[in-house]
Amino acid sequence: MMKNVIEVENLVKKFGSFVAVNNLTFTVGKGEIFGLLGANGAGKTTTIRMLCGLLSPTSGKISVAGYDAYTQPEQIRANIGYMSQKFSLYSDLTVWENIRFFGGIYGLWGKALKGRALELVEEFKMHDFKDIMVESLPVGWRQRISLAVSLVHKPPVIFLDEPTSGVDPVARRMFWETIHHISSLGTTVIVTTHYMDEAEYCHTALVMVDGKIGALGKPGELKQKYVVETMNELFLSLARNGNTKS
Amino acid sequence: MAQSSFLNFITKEFKHIFRDTRTLLIVLVMPVIQLLIFGFVISSEIKNANYAVLDYSNDYLTKRLVQRISSSGYFNFKGYLNSYGEIEKVFKNGDAKLVLIIGNNFSQKLQNDRFANYQVVTDASDPNTASILASYVQGIVNSFTTEYFGLTRQKQRVSVQSRMLYNEEMNSAFMFVPGTMVLILMLVTAMMTSISITREKELGTMEILLVSPLKPWQIVVGKVIPYIGIAFTNVLVIILMGYTVFHLPLRGNMLLLLGVSSLFILLALSLGILISTLSKSQAVAMFISMFALMLPTILLSGFIFPIENMPKLLQWLSLIMPPRWFLSALKTIMIKGQGFQYVLKEVMVMIAMTLVFIGLSIKKFKVRLE
Amino acid sequence: MKKILILLQKEFIQVFRNKTILPIIFVLPIVQLLILANAATQEMKNIKLALIDFDNSSESRSLVNAFDHSKFYSLIPVRGGVEKAVELIDLGEADAVLVIPEHFGENLVEGTPVNVQLMLNAINITAAALTQGYTSGIIQGYTSSISIQSSNIIPTKQSVRHWYNPDLNYKLYMVPGILVILVTIVGMFLTAINIVREKELGTIEQVNVTPIKPYQFIVGKLVPFWIIALFELSFGLIIAKLVFNLTIVGSTPLLFGFAAIYLLVALGLGLILSTSASNQQQVMFMAFFFMIVFLMLSGLFTPTESMPKWAQWFNTINPLYYFMKVNRMLILKGSDFGNLRESFISISLMAIAVLSFAILRYNKKSA
Repeated sequence: MMKNVIEVENLVKKFGSFVAVNNLTFTVGKGEIFGLLGANGAGKTTTIRMLCGLLSPTSGKISVAGYDAYTQPEQIRANIGYMSQKFSLYSDLTVWENIRFFGGIYGLWGKALKGRALELVEEFKMHDFKDIMVESLPVGWRQRISLAVSLVHKPPVIFLDEPTSGVDPVARRMFWETIHHISSLGTTVIVTTHYMDEAEYCHTALVMVDGKIGALGKPGELKQKYVVETMNELFLSLARNGNTKS
Repeated sequence: MAQSSFLNFITKEFKHIFRDTRTLLIVLVMPVIQLLIFGFVISSEIKNANYAVLDYSNDYLTKRLVQRISSSGYFNFKGYLNSYGEIEKVFKNGDAKLVLIIGNNFSQKLQNDRFANYQVVTDASDPNTASILASYVQGIVNSFTTEYFGLTRQKQRVSVQSRMLYNEEMNSAFMFVPGTMVLILMLVTAMMTSISITREKELGTMEILLVSPLKPWQIVVGKVIPYIGIAFTNVLVIILMGYTVFHLPLRGNMLLLLGVSSLFILLALSLGILISTLSKSQAVAMFISMFALMLPTILLSGFIFPIENMPKLLQWLSLIMPPRWFLSALKTIMIKGQGFQYVLKEVMVMIAMTLVFIGLSIKKFKVRLE
Repeated sequence: MKKILILLQKEFIQVFRNKTILPIIFVLPIVQLLILANAATQEMKNIKLALIDFDNSSESRSLVNAFDHSKFYSLIPVRGGVEKAVELIDLGEADAVLVIPEHFGENLVEGTPVNVQLMLNAINITAAALTQGYTSGIIQGYTSSISIQSSNIIPTKQSVRHWYNPDLNYKLYMVPGILVILVTIVGMFLTAINIVREKELGTIEQVNVTPIKPYQFIVGKLVPFWIIALFELSFGLIIAKLVFNLTIVGSTPLLFGFAAIYLLVALGLGLILSTSASNQQQVMFMAFFFMIVFLMLSGLFTPTESMPKWAQWFNTINPLYYFMKVNRMLILKGSDFGNLRESFISISLMAIAVLSFAILRYNKKSA
């Protein structure tokens, strides 16, 4: 019964005695844009890495695309897309070569691979620079390419780790338009960001404070609940409270 | 304010290095291990060479001869062969390096004619060892037969009295200790410095430093100071080991020695900096260091192979190699025990090279910034 | 399998675009072979000899002539006595001083024993020993040509046959050794740096989230360098042939067969190093350190039989020792598989052990 694309229950991650992620529980439905927000060090990146299989949890349940993270990591990997903070593309390969490489990795071959690659070039308007080396391209464009690459195998879920870091506001807006488009087509998107305004674009937001859930819910509802105008204010008040508690 | 940020920067650099225990360990331990290997493993003495004998006479005398050779310490007796044809297999298997062939009637010929021939076949794939082993055999056979037959070995008409200057005991440490010093200093200062600076460039943190209140010279100096410390430690360790473990006498003026070493450290540093301005990535820095520095240091500085024996072209090439000059100065000070005026030439050359490298580096640096 | 092919394709594109690796692969062998092989020589080519002749008889002058005519010596004029001559050694202008005493000619003709003094710069003991040998040889050769009776009775005469290298060309001995260095640098060094580089830049992470299994990743990383290293070997052999006229006496396919197995060990070591280092600087130094130690003990410069027992024991697990041995034996002597069987077995065992360990370690680290 695959109602939820992602199910997390009592997720904990400790590094030695330091608890990076402290008892997270949440679910994400199909086609949702789920935002993981919080200050640097709040545990967002650690959480997303556990969901991707890059890090093993200390305890707790994780299920992604219907597969259990502990027993079926292979299947999870085949069904997710990932875009990291550093936009890890190969800088000494061209855009086209990067797309084809990752497509091949995910099992696309021959005509199917070429077809899908052309599709992506079309969708993301990469005609002008598809044969240019990634290292020659500005950061904003690399971000777009990374996103395209993460979708090459049409995964049901994609994970974006700080995708808009260091990108100008215009590019960021365009990026989020693309995200919405993707989600409307049924792809579930998990995003981490420390730009609180981007939380407004998400269907659901999880604000992490010191590894714990600070707030979880639809942005609109959260703002009402906490009586704030923007998610930024919400975050600040949570953070302040978190600090006074500790 | 700039002063404290400079100090801060230096502190950070030291932390970097000390936290990287693996590299630190290697850099401090390497000279020790190298000296140990040179001293105890790689010796120019040939011993325990496997040899075989094809003895057609096979009598009491020849057996005694074989015994004598086998117990000389140079040779390790592997056995008797039965035919000439077996030699090939023995060599190809690597079972022996030399085969002694004694013909028929060896003893009789010696008795009657006071003269006999014998043959030696060597595996000269290692030509040095082969010729040395052949001459060892000759020496042993000569003295054996002379003794055995009571032939008076007439005193040589002309005897050559040799005196080994500077190194009466023929201590091989005289060669490899200064050589190791050159090699290690090159490695630590030039190579590590170049890689470290290039690393910042590659990771992008160099730009952060450039926009900080730190001036470019402060960045460079800050990066380089820890390596000076390590290099100096290495110098002291090498000298200490040379003295204690390898019985290298401490001739020459210590201050002069440390002074010239410091000059070389400076020279190597400037070279490292120059390399870093030429390298885009760490791998590049490392490979340039390896091939423009390490290999020439080992090969052309006179460390292992004497420069005078090299083809002219290579001799000229070695003139532009900084290690050659430092090695020469080191030997003069450490082994000949001579003073400043004897190393004047080397010192001048090293200073000139340092200035050239620094000048080039500054130029390249400026070009980059523009 | 397909996935491995994709990985290989990507690696090769990257290698060929990489402005560092390509020059290294091509320039390195040329430089190393040319310089090392030409610099490496144990002969004394030009001994600067300061001769002082206190006798000035026709005999002593003949002796001086003997040295003058020898192409191994250049005579340095001495102004003054013995002290001045020794100063020349101090200044580095002379390598040795030979002093012919008064009455040299007289004594020689009469048959009275006579001494000559030879002073040598003994900092480089090999050079000094060789110089002493040569000089004594010339003197003895000279004196025996003078007197009617033979000056010594040497009861035996040795005739030597030097097999495989009758000219005693040291270069032929060194070249296979250099090939070992070249192949090891590519196989171990470059591999380790390459993998750590991906770690440092983060691209390894991108691959870790994909369905690529660790073994596929490893194969994709090691195979390109395996191929490049073998190419390096062929390139080096071609250059050796062109420059030194080095012909492979033994079977070339056998050589490559051994190299192929040896490389598995080198690559495995490179992989192990890459899992032990967190950045390129570290891995470079670790690789460099291990290579130097292995290399020095492998018999590059001096024969392993002359090394102390513990060093010889160590060499049983030194892959470079085996490759050095096989390389030299096969190329210079024509040893075949039967002769080299033990080395083959040893290196194969090492390959299995090292690779297994490397893969296990890599798996653990990335899990």
